[in-house]
Amino acid sequence: MNLMDRCCDECSHTLQDPCQDYIPCRTRGPLCHSGEECGSKIMRALDETIYGKDGLRVSVGTSTCGLASGAQAVYDALVGEVAKFPGTKLVRTGCMGSCYAEVIVEIEKKGHPAAIYDNVTPDKVGSIFNRYLGGEVRGAFALRSRTGAMMGEEEVPLLGELDFFRHQERDAIKNCGVVDPKSIEEYIIHGGYLALTRALKEMTPEQVIEEVTTAGLRGRGGAGFPAGLKWKLCRQVKGDTKYMICNADEGDPGAFMNRLTAEGDPHRVLEGLIIAAYATGAKEGYIFVRAEKPLMAEHLTLAIESARRNGLLGKNILGSGFDLEVRPMLSAGAFVCGEETAMIAAIEGKRAMPRSRPPFPATRGLWDRPTTINNVETLAHVPTILVNGAGEYVKVGSEKSKGTKVYCLAGKIERTGAVEVPIGTSLRRLVFDIGGGVPGGKRFKAVQIGGPSGGCLPEGCLDLPLDYESLQDAGAIMGSGGIVILDEDTCIVDLAHYFLNFTTAESCGKCTPCRIGLQAMLGTVGRITDGQGTAADVDYLQKMSNAVADSSLCALGRTAPNPVLSTLRYFRDEYDAHITGKTCPSHVCRHMIRGYRVDAALCRGCRLCVEPCPADAISILDGKDGSGKAMRRANIDDAVCIKCGRCAEECRFGAIKEVW
Amino acid sequence: MEPSKSETSESIKLVVDRVYEHYRHYDPVQSALIPLLQDIQSEVGYLPGQALERVSQLLKLSTSHIFGVATFYHQFRLRPKGRHLISVCRGTACHVGGSLKVHDLLLRELQITPQVDTSKDGAFTLQQVRCLGACGLAPIVKIDEDFYGRVDGEKVREILQRYRGAGDGGSQ
Repeated sequence: MNLMDRCCDECSHTLQDPCQDYIPCRTRGPLCHSGEECGSKIMRALDETIYGKDGLRVSVGTSTCGLASGAQAVYDALVGEVAKFPGTKLVRTGCMGSCYAEVIVEIEKKGHPAAIYDNVTPDKVGSIFNRYLGGEVRGAFALRSRTGAMMGEEEVPLLGELDFFRHQERDAIKNCGVVDPKSIEEYIIHGGYLALTRALKEMTPEQVIEEVTTAGLRGRGGAGFPAGLKWKLCRQVKGDTKYMICNADEGDPGAFMNRLTAEGDPHRVLEGLIIAAYATGAKEGYIFVRAEKPLMAEHLTLAIESARRNGLLGKNILGSGFDLEVRPMLSAGAFVCGEETAMIAAIEGKRAMPRSRPPFPATRGLWDRPTTINNVETLAHVPTILVNGAGEYVKVGSEKSKGTKVYCLAGKIERTGAVEVPIGTSLRRLVFDIGGGVPGGKRFKAVQIGGPSGGCLPEGCLDLPLDYESLQDAGAIMGSGGIVILDEDTCIVDLAHYFLNFTTAESCGKCTPCRIGLQAMLGTVGRITDGQGTAADVDYLQKMSNAVADSSLCALGRTAPNPVLSTLRYFRDEYDAHITGKTCPSHVCRHMIRGYRVDAALCRGCRLCVEPCPADAISILDGKDGSGKAMRRANIDDAVCIKCGRCAEECRFGAIKEVW
Repeated sequence: MEPSKSETSESIKLVVDRVYEHYRHYDPVQSALIPLLQDIQSEVGYLPGQALERVSQLLKLSTSHIFGVATFYHQFRLRPKGRHLISVCRGTACHVGGSLKVHDLLLRELQITPQVDTSKDGAFTLQQVRCLGACGLAPIVKIDEDFYGRVDGEKVREILQRYRGAGDGGSQ
């Protein structure tokens, strides 16, 4: 029997006439009749879903970051290995957040500790298998729990003891890397769809809204608008046709929590969406997912299909009389789609251009009907709130913002990945305790948080508790929670230029301040990084930033000056170095390079640099070294050199150095 | 080989008409514009002018409206692409990790410019993308459907060689 099947003819559940307790019955059944035999049948099905027929489960993280690290080859090697043990359950899971340790493989023999291995390559697969099945876990990255059944257990830390994991409190991403994202059964075994059961069976839509409001859930996509209030506004509008949209169009560079969540645990997002639709009164839903993130789109689409096959979408869901159809919609990619009215235009098949609000989507949204839009991560919190109750949910978080938030750590940091911590956790904890600080002995310079709408915060802000308000005060925003760590080799002015480049290109062009103002700012910052800046430029940037922020139509324009304003606030000295010193302290802005010189001690006269030089500035000269021995070496004619740096890239001996 | 790969205007019209069948039930049918363009591009490789004109007839939308949509979103291409599509991620983490250098190296290796984005032999097209969402392994390069993390100059040359070596056959 499959876990989703009826246990016997006494079960009355059918797709046409569904049982309200269909979901809890999958794991705790049978609920409507007594029957030891049915109970053990269900237990067997449950066991087999997780461990296969022979009690052995092997999983490999094959989400996008895993694949980028070579997880496909590891998976192929595992297929070969598992063939020797035919009853084994081999699973492709999502990502558990520790990108720095990819590729990750986990093995668990029932009754034994689940052992996790990091940095796995195909050639290591055989020995991992042999040692684990031989009863030894030495050399594993971590264990999920200790059972005392294996040799070397004490030498391997528990997952929750590792620095990367021990400060985390996981909710939205707790199943990622654990469940098979293509299996509705595994999601249900981990408590999935119990929240939906409770909502549909025991609660009115108003009560669901009340619970989410009491829990203080705020939108995790950026602005932090209270989710309960958003639902209530839509609920209150009269009308039979309403829409519920899940925003999975993650476009913020440096943020990948939505991809990770939806790739690794798509049913959680879908469950949140179904509950939200029930609460707001929507009968049609969309998941708007970026085509650039194909695996996320695939997993969400599969989740929708599987939910529909099992009666969790469609007519009369779980016997409640509530109907809902959900359709995935591939976003063709535009950053401005993060603006609700722009996303609605995109779904309607138009250019994604925002319109002025009010009217808000809650009253006039998709096809002019009441519409609610929630971000992936916001929806992923909803099941927990309904299962544990708002009272539990508010125990975590800061005073004004409850619950946990997923942050992505990337850039110059030892342990990259996605982490989930209570709102209000300090940057220092994230960057140093969890992320392990800056690698290579380099000096920490700043964190960039919130992407193109956010800002750069310096060392002095490290003890800031991260919540929506404190970040805004500091000149950044929570945004989606992407944090890029910058070290001494990152030029702050170049980064401001990078973001302006981004927002200028992503500006939809509808309103003048954003379209022209950002272009003007880009030109100015570009002049500064090119070494042509003047003292007046800084004032101009201040003024133009304020103008664009004050008068743009949508949040893209209103927040686009943040990267400039925050860097001017905290890193004015770097602007000054570029403008008055005509130098880039981080050695990034290449126009500031004064020239190249050949280190005679390292040059071998090999000529590799001569041919690539587009200016023919390099010649090989005959000479003598210190001991009078004849030698040749390269010579760069400064008068001809165009400072392109090709020679330095070609040199195998590091003999050509930049002069700053 | 599917006939749809050829680019005669007749075969393009056939592709558009066939794809349209999946969407004709959309209400209003104009809302099918973006998925329709996506499907056409995945079959033809880009959006030829004839395809936009045919879509305009079927959806009863002006060609200028369709051109406006096709040029608004990053996913759409109006020029043919090579056999392999190389995407260099230009997200923040990749930028900080040196993705511009990787991009410039690829321009040189493929002997192309940002204006002419496809190599002369038609093997590779190079594009910059906003963020592929694998920031933990920056810088990222994607070739067709395969992701490569923590790339640098040397790794890029090595990966390219694999695609060139196998008669453009791909990585595996």
